Amino acid sequence: MTRVAPAPAFGFLAVMVVTAFALAIGVGSVALDPATVLRALAGSGDATARGIVQGLRLPRAVAAFATGGSLALAGAILQVLLRNPLADPYVLGVSGGAAVGALIAMLVGAAAWATPVGAFAGAVASTAIVFVLARSSGAWSPIRLLLTGVIIASGWGALVALILSLAPETQLRGMLFWLIGDLSSAPAAWTPLAILAVGIAVVLPFARDLNALARGESVAAALGVAVTRLPWLMFSLAALLTAVAVTTAGAIGFVGLIVPHGVRLLFGNDQKIALPASVLTGGALLLAADTLARTAVAPSQLPVGIVTALVGVPVFLYLLLRER
Amino acid sequence: MSALLATRGLTVSIAGIPVCRDLDLTILPGERWAILGCNGAGKTTLLHTLAGLREPVAGTIELDGRRLDARSPRDVARIRGLLPQDDSDAFGATVLETALIGRHPHLSRWQWEGDNDLRIARAALAALDIAHAESRDVRTLSGGERRRVALATLFAQEPRLFLLDEPSTHLDLAHQLALLDRLTALAGSDTGRAIVMVLHDVNLATRFCDHVLLLDKGEAIAGTATELLTAERLSRTYGVRLSKLAGPASAVFTPE
Repeated sequence: MTRVAPAPAFGFLAVMVVTAFALAIGVGSVALDPATVLRALAGSGDATARGIVQGLRLPRAVAAFATGGSLALAGAILQVLLRNPLADPYVLGVSGGAAVGALIAMLVGAAAWATPVGAFAGAVASTAIVFVLARSSGAWSPIRLLLTGVIIASGWGALVALILSLAPETQLRGMLFWLIGDLSSAPAAWTPLAILAVGIAVVLPFARDLNALARGESVAAALGVAVTRLPWLMFSLAALLTAVAVTTAGAIGFVGLIVPHGVRLLFGNDQKIALPASVLTGGALLLAADTLARTAVAPSQLPVGIVTALVGVPVFLYLLLRER
Repeated sequence: MSALLATRGLTVSIAGIPVCRDLDLTILPGERWAILGCNGAGKTTLLHTLAGLREPVAGTIELDGRRLDARSPRDVARIRGLLPQDDSDAFGATVLETALIGRHPHLSRWQWEGDNDLRIARAALAALDIAHAESRDVRTLSGGERRRVALATLFAQEPRLFLLDEPSTHLDLAHQLALLDRLTALAGSDTGRAIVMVLHDVNLATRFCDHVLLLDKGEAIAGTATELLTAERLSRTYGVRLSKLAGPASAVFTPE
């Protein structure tokens, strides 16, 4: 039923993901030849190389892939649920809440582990606030949820500005990197990947239900979709994925908004294809962007959020123009 | 013959405004019902309630011999189909993809649409004279073409009870008549199917329906077309004086 056959589409995406991983693990400030890298991955060979590959590059690559995949999946889910192509993972105020939580932890000079904890707590708190407020009228409405999220996010924005203006100058750079999105201090790599895997396993059985829901609530309800329960399950999942992504890498914009669009333009809007394709594309995109971010102006590193936007904007505009 | 849809003491209201009170309605296979009434009388609300999309204030609805609320949504969707009033597309999709959505209740959670589903969806598109647009994006269609795709989605669902909210809006005259002829044939006496449609045009009801549900100031009156489609009755419902004239195929109502 799709515009493309699934097999070549996923073959193409698999090649893209493998290439992105190969680049991320093979390239860095210490030059290692492919043979050394492969030996280090296998757990043998030189101890320094092993330390670089297994201790630094691999976890960072996994964290980047999981973050990009989570943001893209959350965006794909939210755009369908809210039937709004402008929805993104941060529409529920998740990144704003996370930013306030993380910046407060930095401001009070708490230990390094407190920043991700603050971010996660802020993300969950913000989502809960938006859900409770949007639900208070009883009926479920995409517009109400969207509006509540936008308003709450502006509130967080003001708090972020307040914290930035109160913060001592020595902390501003760290805060700014966090706000743009940065993978150099990801607290964990395999946990976000595991959560992403669970997310895919939860959402895929509902792909056809989401296809129906994209056509409108009464169409979906008439076809037997559980239109009251399903959205809440999917919203909670998107919120969790976003919270984990923000905790891992800060507020990386753009991926969650643009990747689902690019996927729809290339592969069509059948969720059975579009959801997993979004995960692979988002993961590969952020992985490639992060590799570029840490090598482009080496030895210094750029926040990856800058790269995703600088590369993503022209690519997306090209896809959009091509469709006409 | 057992009823396809039966209501007992059904009371429906929207935003505090009554739509019907204590309605006992029995729809048998082979029957073609028109829901008529003024704007805001609650025709869509009642149709959605009969479809199980809204809770009634009181009363029960039985679908094919079993309480509607005791059936799973998927089970319900294999018996009755609903054509909503508006078709809106937030995202692009091809005409064929859109018609295939109708197969949803017939597939299990892990199943993908197969050749049989494709065949059914294509047949539905052909039946509505829109098969030629199979690979077009639904957002590029005209209002009438989009309506025919929505109807094809409903046909692909293969329900036994068709609930249609203004099926003929946006359609040109030829497609209006073709559609209603097809629906009439679909709900023939030995097919086990029935149709219930909200109509604006009283004359389409006279021509194609054998039963009428008239929504009139918070009351719903159910009966045969012969009983209810009279100049006097309709003049009272619509608040306009109507005369009944003999037409070539069926009687025609016209304002005096």
